Amino acid sequence: MKRQANVRIKTLKIDGIDVGAREGETILELARENGIHIPTLCHLDGVSDWGGCRLCLIEIKGSNRLVPACMAQAEEGMEVFTKTPRLVTYRKMILDLLLSERNHVCAVCVSNGHCDLQSMAQELGNTHVGLPYLNPSLPVDATHPYFIMDHNRCILCQRCVRVCREIEGAQTKGAMGRGIEVRIIHDLNEPWGQSLTCTSCGKCVQVCPTGALLQRGKAVGEMVKRRDFLPYLQMMRED
Amino acid sequence: MHERFDEITQKELADNRAAQHVVKVCVAAGCLSSQSAEVKTALEQGVNGRSCKVKGVGCLGLCSEGPLVAIEKHLPDGSSQNIMYQNVTPEDAPAIMESLDKEPVARLLCPTDVPFFQRQQKIVLENSGEIDPERIEEYIAADGYRALITAVTEMAPFEVIEQITRSGLRGRGGGGYPTGLKWVTVAKAPGPDKFVICNADEGDPGAFMDRAVLESDPHRVLEGMAIAAYATGANEGYIYVRGEYPLAIARLKTAIRQAQRMGLLGSNIAGTTFSFNINIRLGAGAFVCGEETALIASIEGRRGQPRPRPPYPAEYGLWGKPTLINNVETFANVPTIIRKGGDWYASIGTAKSKGTKVFALAGSIVNTGLIEVPMGTSLRDIVYEIGGGLPNGGVCKAVQTGGPSGGCIPASYFDTPVDYESLKELGSIMGSGGMIVMDESASMVDVARFFMEFCMTESCGKCVPCRVGTVHMYNILSKIYQGEGTPRDVELLEKLCDMVSVTSLCGLGQSAPNPVVSTLRYFRHEYDELIAGANGSQTAVAPTTEVAS
Repeated sequence: MKRQANVRIKTLKIDGIDVGAREGETILELARENGIHIPTLCHLDGVSDWGGCRLCLIEIKGSNRLVPACMAQAEEGMEVFTKTPRLVTYRKMILDLLLSERNHVCAVCVSNGHCDLQSMAQELGNTHVGLPYLNPSLPVDATHPYFIMDHNRCILCQRCVRVCREIEGAQTKGAMGRGIEVRIIHDLNEPWGQSLTCTSCGKCVQVCPTGALLQRGKAVGEMVKRRDFLPYLQMMRED
Repeated sequence: MHERFDEITQKELADNRAAQHVVKVCVAAGCLSSQSAEVKTALEQGVNGRSCKVKGVGCLGLCSEGPLVAIEKHLPDGSSQNIMYQNVTPEDAPAIMESLDKEPVARLLCPTDVPFFQRQQKIVLENSGEIDPERIEEYIAADGYRALITAVTEMAPFEVIEQITRSGLRGRGGGGYPTGLKWVTVAKAPGPDKFVICNADEGDPGAFMDRAVLESDPHRVLEGMAIAAYATGANEGYIYVRGEYPLAIARLKTAIRQAQRMGLLGSNIAGTTFSFNINIRLGAGAFVCGEETALIASIEGRRGQPRPRPPYPAEYGLWGKPTLINNVETFANVPTIIRKGGDWYASIGTAKSKGTKVFALAGSIVNTGLIEVPMGTSLRDIVYEIGGGLPNGGVCKAVQTGGPSGGCIPASYFDTPVDYESLKELGSIMGSGGMIVMDESASMVDVARFFMEFCMTESCGKCVPCRVGTVHMYNILSKIYQGEGTPRDVELLEKLCDMVSVTSLCGLGQSAPNPVVSTLRYFRHEYDELIAGANGSQTAVAPTTEVAS
């Protein structure tokens, strides 16, 4: 961790536990340091925060608004609650929304058993989806020699977009469209295999929480992702 | 500078008085679309040596009767007489020109002694319909840019902010955040580089207030921005205007060029050390870009998506610098407040909502158009008095205010004064000022469905509740409207409304359920009837008008 001069220390409470924080630390970082688990899907150590999945929403005493823990900064005297009944209900509903949005069929998925979305459903206890499935008709991009992008399993967490821009520096991945029509695209919506900017580094595949990005040749349940390289790369750059 | 302005003013007044008649043709978008440009040409051709001046002016207000032509007749005793013509066609031009010295053309006369004109109080729209929006001289003759000169030469920045704070002006874009407070936070933010942004990305269905202000009196907005820049210490400004407003963009460009030429924008304004430049950025048709953090992303050249706040733009805005963002109408109020004082402005309106508000009347109403009334005017006065009621004596069922973020207010609450707090209590919002009047034939479920469809297609897709939740809500509303709903659908709809409004990232998602919540609150019986019909049940559902939200 990089040392900074003149950093102020804040003290606050998370779920009743007293914690000490460096100025600028987020509630999510602090909670993890102190063994408090906050669910999240779009956060990824080593890249910038996005605040889009809304699973890490927390309550702060004295405020009516829910804020994402990944972007809320520690303040002196703050009292944070991460597991109120209200938050639990909303988290389950948000997960329902995600599961109903595209075609998440675990039984035929390469990431079955190694999927962040699947684990999240187990963790939050979503045994069934309380909303009608939207069942969109989505394509699979298998033009790349090593990797495949399956839009049916994408949850638009944008981890791939951020890692491509911030770590690899290629900016191949991006987003297109609005609302429910948003799609992850390559360059100016070209087939992945024809992208001139893609370096085929595969970082996007490793950080993808679901089976949306996968290595060619993997069968059901075989796609295990490696994420350990990211914080290491980030740390090497800082020092 | 004031002397130079006096000179221009005198010349303008003399020019104006030299002609016996001043014929003012509305050349704002509404009238232009019904041939007012041709009307103006025909009138100009009909001058024929008469002592008469034909000029294009901004919006005259009564858009439904356009093209509108106002004639100012100068009498020998120095006073003047005004008449207005409605639905003028190019073929009517000779008749109008012939009648100048005689009796007016009766068949075209538009009565101006009616409440629509009499009950209004104009501050933002004081020059619209009076001056030519493409000539800076006319704006200066109407006391324009004097507030800016006074501010930069005679007032300290904190004194300017004090006047704004005293005026009680609140953001006219919808939120109603105190403008003075916003200015203070930007002024106190450290750093040499700050920005002022004018949000002209007016996207609510049925709203056209900002468009009319920009088309009718663009200099007023520039002056307001320059004053704000002086007060907050900014020296670069952006106007983010939607690409669908080509006329407003053209007039803004003309206005900026004219103001630069006169030294009212640019370096060393009025010989002081204060410099301020304004750039125009065009929106590409995304509603969400009216949200301030998405707007900033769009100006920076990124995808127009909001980010969580804090940090607020006042602290971390455009290019990471402290940034002041206000709406067109907010800036348009500023010159008058500086000229006449904050206390004067605070004397208008209600205890918590000061000044006037421009509303765009649309839907099932006789006088479709633009009005400006003091805060606190009741909805009944706006719809039945000023708006002239519904066509063919129809009965009003509800008024939709605040666009897709607002709600429907039923006719039984029409005596409520229109201000920020009262509308909020009724489950709607002031919003930017669109008012859609609906008659008895309107299905409130369909209205809710319409606005939900709007939010669904305009969602940026960044956060899950707004991206997916709006789709589910739209599907449920469609199902109910088509007579296939079940009581469980309404239950689910209510749950989704709560979840989407609480967990969404930005204002779009947080307010997207409002039209549904307010129609469920006041018109629940319509939902129940559709569902009862769907289930073939013959039991009449008792209409409930008040259901705890």
